[in-house]
Amino acid sequence: MKKIELIMDGHALDLAITRITHQIIEHNRDLTKLGIVGMQTRGIFLARRIARKINEIEKTDLATGVLDITLYRDDYRKAFRQPRVQITDIPFDINGISVVLVDDVLFTGRTIRAALDALMDFGRPKSIQLAVIIDRGNRELPIQADYAGTVLKTQANQEVSLKVEELDGEDSIWLMELEKDD
Amino acid sequence: MALTIRHLLGLDGVSRDDITLILDTADSFFEVLSREIPVVPTLRGKTIVNLFYEGSTRTRISFELAEKRLSASPVNFSVSISSVSKGETLRDTIRNIEAMKIDMVVVRHDAAGVPFFLTQCTNAVIINAGDGLHEHPTQALLDMLTIRQKIGRLEGLKVAIVGDIFHSRVARSNAWGMKTMGMEVVLCGPHTLLPQHPESLGVPVTDNLDEALNGADVVMLLRLQLERQSSGTFPSIREYRERFGLDLDRLSDLSKKVLIMHPGPINRGIELASNVADGPNSVILEQVTNGVAVRMAVLYLLGGGENG
Repeated sequence: MKKIELIMDGHALDLAITRITHQIIEHNRDLTKLGIVGMQTRGIFLARRIARKINEIEKTDLATGVLDITLYRDDYRKAFRQPRVQITDIPFDINGISVVLVDDVLFTGRTIRAALDALMDFGRPKSIQLAVIIDRGNRELPIQADYAGTVLKTQANQEVSLKVEELDGEDSIWLMELEKDD
Repeated sequence: MALTIRHLLGLDGVSRDDITLILDTADSFFEVLSREIPVVPTLRGKTIVNLFYEGSTRTRISFELAEKRLSASPVNFSVSISSVSKGETLRDTIRNIEAMKIDMVVVRHDAAGVPFFLTQCTNAVIINAGDGLHEHPTQALLDMLTIRQKIGRLEGLKVAIVGDIFHSRVARSNAWGMKTMGMEVVLCGPHTLLPQHPESLGVPVTDNLDEALNGADVVMLLRLQLERQSSGTFPSIREYRERFGLDLDRLSDLSKKVLIMHPGPINRGIELASNVADGPNSVILEQVTNGVAVRMAVLYLLGGGENG
């Protein structure tokens, strides 16, 4: 894969997260009935940053949960090599609260479909909202984000590479292009 | 990330990476079992035949629960109600079942090698739930999972497996699997109940219990399989209990943190005193709970793929 264009650097990512944070606060009047859940893998760190910002601004004490959707994927029958099952840990009761699901990139919508099914197995939330940093279009299911850092029209031979400091050592988002031998 | 094996026939020859992947995956399933709805849709549409030619309570129930927790469709086949009693051969039985479009077979049989034989006559994924005196790999995996959960690691730990080693497929699977994971295993039992060729297991054997227990982090007692004893392997149950049974008195000589395990069912008061089986060092019920998570992991990891 080769880099095409820098979509966001660390500063731009922070601005996007700050804006999403404010939108979440605006939309959810009762922050005592709000839960933030990050999706494996990079969504976890983005969710923690959003929760930290909400806690700073509103003096709340929101915890973040972690959701792995591997067991809910729709391509299990196709994939001979099974993806590794990762940790799911939701340390609060989701019954009756609003849950903000946080993921890095929204693409086909299949991962979110799986996440909705997975979340419902933990109870019956009042609502589920979706926050993503990049909405790259090309949906295959009727799913949309409530909060998006930026919307980007991408092509099938392109990828969005989102890196976070906590895991990758830097904050950056690049648009990549697949090469013939990828 | 995937297993390099396609069937689970035993732990002999299974790599450290494969065993680690199964145990790590089982940890994740442990969390699934604690959810409000402890069922995931992963194996929806997969048909799994539980082919039990030999009696079993916990293994069969454990597999069936694991299958249901993964949303697979289990079909139970046990020898008493099958056409085996009408004289059908094993090959015909499996061919007929396969003709009904199945994906996986969990098999228990009193003859060693039946799971391997089945891989030769069907395309389904085969999981060994105990074959004769050969192996019982999912039991050894759940034993290792339990130890890893309790102590935090496997490497370098000493495990004493005590009892009727000769008739125990659990001891065999554990010996192979634990050795692969870098553990020190000692097999201990009356001379007449030790394997004739222990060198094939690659671990030391002894009929001296104190030697086996010395420095052990884990003691696993095996059930004295009274139904499998030919006469004269040991003088009396009383003498067996005196020399190889674990009671509070013997336990008091061991490390305070020693784990006491048993694959069940227990002969209370023979290989294991009741107050030890129910005491603070015992992890016997955790073993049973972990059995479901381990079997879910095995089914998940082997069940994928178009032909799987």
